[in-house]
Amino acid sequence: MEPIQIERVQEKLDSFVNRDVYIHIETTNGAYASHFDKSSYNVGAYVRNASIAFNQAKIVGDGHSYRVGLKMDKGWIYAEGLTDWTMHNGNQLLMAGHDREGRLMVALQISETPFDY
Amino acid sequence: MESHVVVIFPHPDDESFGTAGTIAKFREEGVPVTYLCGTLGEMGRNMGKPTFANRETLPQIRKQELIDACNVLDIDLHMLGYRDKTMEYEDRQEVAQHIKQYIEDIKPSLVITHYPGYAVHPDHNAMGAAAIEAIRMIDEAERPTVWTHAIANNRVDVLGEPDVTFDVLPWFDKKMEAVLAHASQAGGMLERFKSYEGPSADEKKAAQKRLGREQYYIWDFNKA
Ligand SMILES: [Zn+2]
Repeated sequence: MEPIQIERVQEKLDSFVNRDVYIHIETTNGAYASHFDKSSYNVGAYVRNASIAFNQAKIVGDGHSYRVGLKMDKGWIYAEGLTDWTMHNGNQLLMAGHDREGRLMVALQISETPFDY
Repeated sequence: MESHVVVIFPHPDDESFGTAGTIAKFREEGVPVTYLCGTLGEMGRNMGKPTFANRETLPQIRKQELIDACNVLDIDLHMLGYRDKTMEYEDRQEVAQHIKQYIEDIKPSLVITHYPGYAVHPDHNAMGAAAIEAIRMIDEAERPTVWTHAIANNRVDVLGEPDVTFDVLPWFDKKMEAVLAHASQAGGMLERFKSYEGPSADEKKAAQKRLGREQYYIWDFNKA
C-alpha cells in the first residue's frame, strides 16, 4: 500500500457512488493486547462482504491520517485513522491505517465483487 | 520413541514460535511430524516490517510462508481451511470430527496442541479444545498422548509447572530459520522481544530468552 493521496482516493470513492458494493470494515488492536499490557483492552469489530450502496462519499484528513464517510439511504459507514491505500486486482479499493510498527489498526475496503471469504 | 507426532494449531507461525525446537528434535530422531494448521492467519495485524502485505494479499503470503516453514522443519502439512479469528464461532463438534479423521488416519503416538483456556488467542483456545475433544472421542486404548502448550501469563500460578520442558538451544538455529520463514509476522514479534531487553539488546539473545524453552502440560483425560 502507499500513503493516501486524497484526490485520487476521492476519485475512486466517487466511482462507487450509487452502485451495489461489498464492504470490508474492521478495527482491531489484536488478540494479545491485554496479554502484553494488563491495562489495555481487547477490542475489535469486523464486517466482511456486507452488501450496501452509498449515495455520497467523502475523505477528510490532515495529510497523514484520514477519515472516510459513506452516506447510505438509511445510515452511515465511517472509518477513522486511515493512512494507506491501494487498488487490489485493479478494482478493489483498499484503505487501511497502520501503527508505527506497520500493524493494521483499521481497514475500510470497497468492491463491486465480493472479497474472498 | 514416538512413532508419529501431530501438531494442531490454528495459525501459520504457531508451529514455529511455539514448538519448532521440539519438532526439530523429533525430526532429528527420524520421527515423522505432521502439522494440521487451522487457518491462514488471514486477519493478522502484522503486514511485514516495513509493510509489504495488505488485508487481501496476506492470506496467500502467509500460506507460502507456512509452506516454507514446514519445508525448513521437514514436516507434512495439512491446511484445514478455517478462517482466522472465527474458530471459536465454529461448531466445536464439527471441528473435532474434522480433526479426528486426520488422527484416525495418521495414528500418531503424540499430539501437540494449545491448552484450552490458557492459550490467550481465542483461535488457540478453540482449536485446542476441538483437538482434545477429537482425541477424547477415540477409544482409550488407541489414544495418543497429548501435550498442551499454555501461553497465558498466569499459567504457572494456576496450572503449576509444566510437565515437559525442552531446552531447544541445540536446535535454535533451525527454530529461528522456521520463525523467519514467516517474514510478514516475525519482524514485529522479534522486535517486541528485543524491546523487553532494552535498546542495546542483542536480537538473537533476546529471542533465545523468549523462545529458547518449549514447555507442555500432559493432558489428563480422566480429570473433570
Ligand atoms: Zn496463533
